[in-house]
Amino acid sequence: MSDKFTKSMARNIFIGGSLFFFLLFVGLTFDTMGSLPKRDHRENITPQVANGKMLWEENNCIGCHTLLGEGAYFAPELGNVYTRFGQNKEVIKAFIASRPVEGIPGRRSMPQFNLDDQQLDDLAEFLKWTSEIDTNNWPPNVQG
Amino acid sequence: MKYESQGVAKLYFIAALALFTAQIIFGLIMAFQYVVGDFLFPEIPFNVARMVHTNTLIVWLLFGFMGAAYYLVPEESERELHSPMLAKLLFWVFLVAAGLTVAGYLLVPYSTLAELTMNDLLPTMGREFLEQPTITKLGIVVVALGFLFNIGMTILSGRKTVINIVLLTGLLGLAVFFLFSFYNPANLVLDKYWWWWTVHLWVEGVWELILGSILAFVLIKTTGVDREVIEKWLYIIIAMALITGIIGTGHHYYWIGTPEYWQLLGSVFSALEPIPFFMMTVFAFNMVNQRRKDHPNKAAVLWALGCAVMAFLGAGVWGFLHTLAPVNYYTHGTQITAAHGHMAFYGAYAMIVLAMISYSMPFMTHGKPANSNKAQVVEMWGFWLMTISIVFITLFLTGAGILQVWLQRMGDNPQSFMSAQDSVAVFYWLRFAAGWFFLGGLVVYLYSFFVGGEPQEESA
Repeated sequence: MSDKFTKSMARNIFIGGSLFFFLLFVGLTFDTMGSLPKRDHRENITPQVANGKMLWEENNCIGCHTLLGEGAYFAPELGNVYTRFGQNKEVIKAFIASRPVEGIPGRRSMPQFNLDDQQLDDLAEFLKWTSEIDTNNWPPNVQG
Repeated sequence: MKYESQGVAKLYFIAALALFTAQIIFGLIMAFQYVVGDFLFPEIPFNVARMVHTNTLIVWLLFGFMGAAYYLVPEESERELHSPMLAKLLFWVFLVAAGLTVAGYLLVPYSTLAELTMNDLLPTMGREFLEQPTITKLGIVVVALGFLFNIGMTILSGRKTVINIVLLTGLLGLAVFFLFSFYNPANLVLDKYWWWWTVHLWVEGVWELILGSILAFVLIKTTGVDREVIEKWLYIIIAMALITGIIGTGHHYYWIGTPEYWQLLGSVFSALEPIPFFMMTVFAFNMVNQRRKDHPNKAAVLWALGCAVMAFLGAGVWGFLHTLAPVNYYTHGTQITAAHGHMAFYGAYAMIVLAMISYSMPFMTHGKPANSNKAQVVEMWGFWLMTISIVFITLFLTGAGILQVWLQRMGDNPQSFMSAQDSVAVFYWLRFAAGWFFLGGLVVYLYSFFVGGEPQEESA
């Protein structure tokens, strides 16, 4: 690099640039926080939905599935599973409850998590709430 | 080795390589589960193997960064480490915490681990990469604080160079942004928004400062190029990294419930994210070309150059491939993401740690600047086998990803996820095969530490 471009100029670009863009990021974050309530429908987060999220986490569902496209790519996207399963919580519950303990020979299979009916219901409520988030029309189709 | 206390780095590097080996073994298990779904089921289901694979990666890189800091900081600061004892103590604390956590993943169901560690008091578990029990996360904070204190005291009372100040800034940022991992609201959108403040601002933010400073250190030492030149490059590279990378976080805010303007912001800024990586490549090759001496440790120079190139390809090129919002709409959460993740992590972060290990280990084992020619040749075989394998793993996952997008997300009759997975299985078989070559490369690499022979002296 040329001699006219000094080390202190480079340092100032680093400090000034990162500070400026970090503050801009904080500003954008404030704006986003303000507009989220309309998009995430937080008024619908019941204790059931909250408990469903906790169950989602404590069984490490993200270790195989994606949720809104984030997670592991081993098993189907679940952000829109409520839609995919015909907007029917019972189908979701029955699917989770019916997983064979020893798996399926040669195939991928979800583990049997031994959830009781209340827990299954909470989990399904969480997935229903998730499917109603405004995701800018993602995923492209019902297959996720 | 100019200062005795630099030697604590060796412990950290040995632990890093042991965890690296575990990471690769679990990677192979998962690669096989992709094609034979019931392999090790239900004993080690995929989600457990994946936690071990990703968490050992994070922890071995942290061990590597800490080892690098303990080696580099005394030399740059021109004084002994503030407290070598504290460094050794924290090493064992961190190793035991990591070991117990991995044992927890493997020995009991994850929900039992959550219960045992009282996750309900402060729920932080069950989110990608942040699966560690809350108590482990607290342990990481304690270790990080002790480590920063040790490193900070050394730098503040010693010579301050651009390299050690940038490194310290990066490590401080690493600790600060980790704190967002303790925020886990019931609202999934908020959870995801702030989760990226740890994950993205680590790997596409402050970790690049750590990467840049270690690379600059290795290049100063191996090329003898004037420090002023190298430090100017370092500043401008990390400036570009943060200028593009901070707002570049927006490329994670396209489809998780956040406003639409992130599509424009994220696309523009993350399209610029390859620039710092490209500059890093130009920088590394320029410095080696302008070298004032021929350092006998050829392997370390190879790792440094390889790191710059692979980081550019993996983080820069493969990141750009799917970062524009209209493309990402189709590729988000597919094997394309996995392809990018593998090459970016190996190129940017695994390779910089391996470069630092390669540079420093000879000093710490026999006090000479380089291993025997024979040992270096073996090490370089390890380099090429692992690097070429990761290129193929990335290409196969990219093939799987493109086909997956085509079958599952485009056209009038999109296939279901599982049916698309069956259709792309050939790519998973090929990836599995490439994974064995990677493991082979790792074994060769590890063997290079035991080849022995007459260490090489500094050439005149």
